[in-house]
Amino acid sequence: MTRVFVPGDATACALGADAVAAAIAEQARARGLDIELVRNGSRGLFWLEPLVEVETATGRVAYGPVTPADIGSLFDSGLLTGGRHPLALGPTEQIPYLRDQTRVNFARAGVIDPLSIADYQRHDGFAGLAKALTMTGQQAVDVVKASGLRGRGGAAFPAGIKWQTVLDAPADQKYIVCNADEGDSGTFADRLLLEADPLQLIEGMTIAGLAVGATQGYIYVRSEYSRAFAVLRAAIALAREAGFLGPDICGSGRAFELEARLGAGAYICGEETALLESLEGRRGLVRAKPPLPAVQGLFGQPTVINNVLTLASVAAIFARGAAWYAGLGCGRSLGTLPMQLAGNIKRGGLVELPFGRTLRELIEDFGGGTASGRPVRAVQVGGPLGAYLSADELDIVLDYEAFAARRAMLGHGGVVVFDDSVDMAEQARFAMEFCVAESCGKCTPCRIGSTRGVEVIDRIRAGTAREQNLILLRELCDTMEFGSLCAMGGLTPMPVRSALDKFPQDFGA
Amino acid sequence: MGSEQIDLRIAAVLEQLRDLPGALLPVLHEIQHELGHIPPEAVPAIARALNLSRAEVHGVISFYTHFRTTPAGEHVLQVCRAEACQASGSRTLEAHVKARLGIDYGATTADGKVTLEPVYCLGNCACGPSVQLDDTLHARMTPQAFDALLADLEVKP
Repeated sequence: MTRVFVPGDATACALGADAVAAAIAEQARARGLDIELVRNGSRGLFWLEPLVEVETATGRVAYGPVTPADIGSLFDSGLLTGGRHPLALGPTEQIPYLRDQTRVNFARAGVIDPLSIADYQRHDGFAGLAKALTMTGQQAVDVVKASGLRGRGGAAFPAGIKWQTVLDAPADQKYIVCNADEGDSGTFADRLLLEADPLQLIEGMTIAGLAVGATQGYIYVRSEYSRAFAVLRAAIALAREAGFLGPDICGSGRAFELEARLGAGAYICGEETALLESLEGRRGLVRAKPPLPAVQGLFGQPTVINNVLTLASVAAIFARGAAWYAGLGCGRSLGTLPMQLAGNIKRGGLVELPFGRTLRELIEDFGGGTASGRPVRAVQVGGPLGAYLSADELDIVLDYEAFAARRAMLGHGGVVVFDDSVDMAEQARFAMEFCVAESCGKCTPCRIGSTRGVEVIDRIRAGTAREQNLILLRELCDTMEFGSLCAMGGLTPMPVRSALDKFPQDFGA
Repeated sequence: MGSEQIDLRIAAVLEQLRDLPGALLPVLHEIQHELGHIPPEAVPAIARALNLSRAEVHGVISFYTHFRTTPAGEHVLQVCRAEACQASGSRTLEAHVKARLGIDYGATTADGKVTLEPVYCLGNCACGPSVQLDDTLHARMTPQAFDALLADLEVKP
């Protein structure tokens, strides 16, 4: 029996993967061929989706992008033995886009059936958990510290220090919360991980629970990710059934329970304290800090709250060792960062690289430039609150400190490419407009400032008292940055100022 | 569905979920899943079951854009307005969709077929512009492809 893989993740399905899978099953049946059709997750090479893979005697080979109309000719060409065809891409792992990556979080993505414990274990799954079960809490926290892992949600806070705080906090009940409220435009790494390799996150969270002494975890998934949520729930049920979750993990006598919860369409709930409010059943209003969630988090108890990629990384760090992980990356940015190439890009997708490569390599070598074929004019990195970079800044190194030095941020690794048709004043206006739509409303600079920001930019674009309004906009940005309670209002000025500084001609200069 | 039936469904949801820690969002999701929206008449029962004030329940329903207090049209169409889709031409698409349907965001076509909503990112940012029609995500949407999608729904705006 030949295994044929057709991705079942959101992007592949949006590009027609379900119809391709149905056509393959139908052709195989009609020709009396015995196949096992596996719905894997995407490899992250989205411009090739739907990407069909076949397991041959010499390894996996790929075809793509495949439409249902191609299936007949693919079978005629010997699809099941890796036959030649105009859509043939050769051995999957030799496709340069994939070959040139360093995959840690996404090593299994697209390789395995996301809902097969056996597949997961064949590819090092639960090896990290087995090691963690032999350690004390302090030993486990020390592993995370030694790895140099920093929070992948955007703030890049050292994970080990957060975990130490929770370990040291005395409490009857502690929690692990995973922030899967991936609302930044241009990002999809969390979604892909949940859809392609959800057991990795479950393993990482279980290790976190063992390390800090928490017995309950929650994963907060945004409601726009209904497919990811369904896969995750199924994976949790499988893990529990197999004894990797529950009152007696792997026969150790130690307990960890996990529940996936759905958000309800509020970007602000990606902010950790708003997320905790939402999990508690309230409006997603930001909390003042301190107290930090590590001290008083969910239901007032000490809580580790980390992003999907942070917690997933923990599984690999325990499996392969902190020193191995810290050997990747550069400076104080260690390990790998899954970058997400999006927007107007020829070869969009997920590119996991150690820190230290350049934005140009990412956009030109991996991405192949813009999809429209026009020159790159602006690149927004780090989501809607990230700075716009101009085309002459592309040699910037992908590392947290290099971005901070340029008043930009790497954030969650989203890269949105714009060609020369973009109007940067319109983008600046949108940054303010987005803040109007998504502000939780608790603090004035964010709630009112963003509304005033839209108005001021409209006046500038209309040429009304332009010079005075430009000064006013700068002052408003200062007020929002220094006066807001959280990063929503505090960082909205970042894309606005970068547009003003780098593209003044778009504001009528 | 009669109001008595609605009350029974709501009571069943509350019975099933009321003991979850922080139960309000799961309860609201389940009620909306069952009924298509959260009728204002449900608020007192939810408040009683979860030991909250009606104001608190109303406050949560009104905070989150996902929850609706009136029924949507036959189909819900969400158009992504975020930056990655903008870079791929979503502003043109957005104008086309509004013109074709003859409505703005938040409205439903006069025949009750389509409710139009904005969405800020569907996580399909490498293959935009993205729209979601009911439970189905569509990538690389163009005005032409949108017209074909609409024709499939036999919508007469």
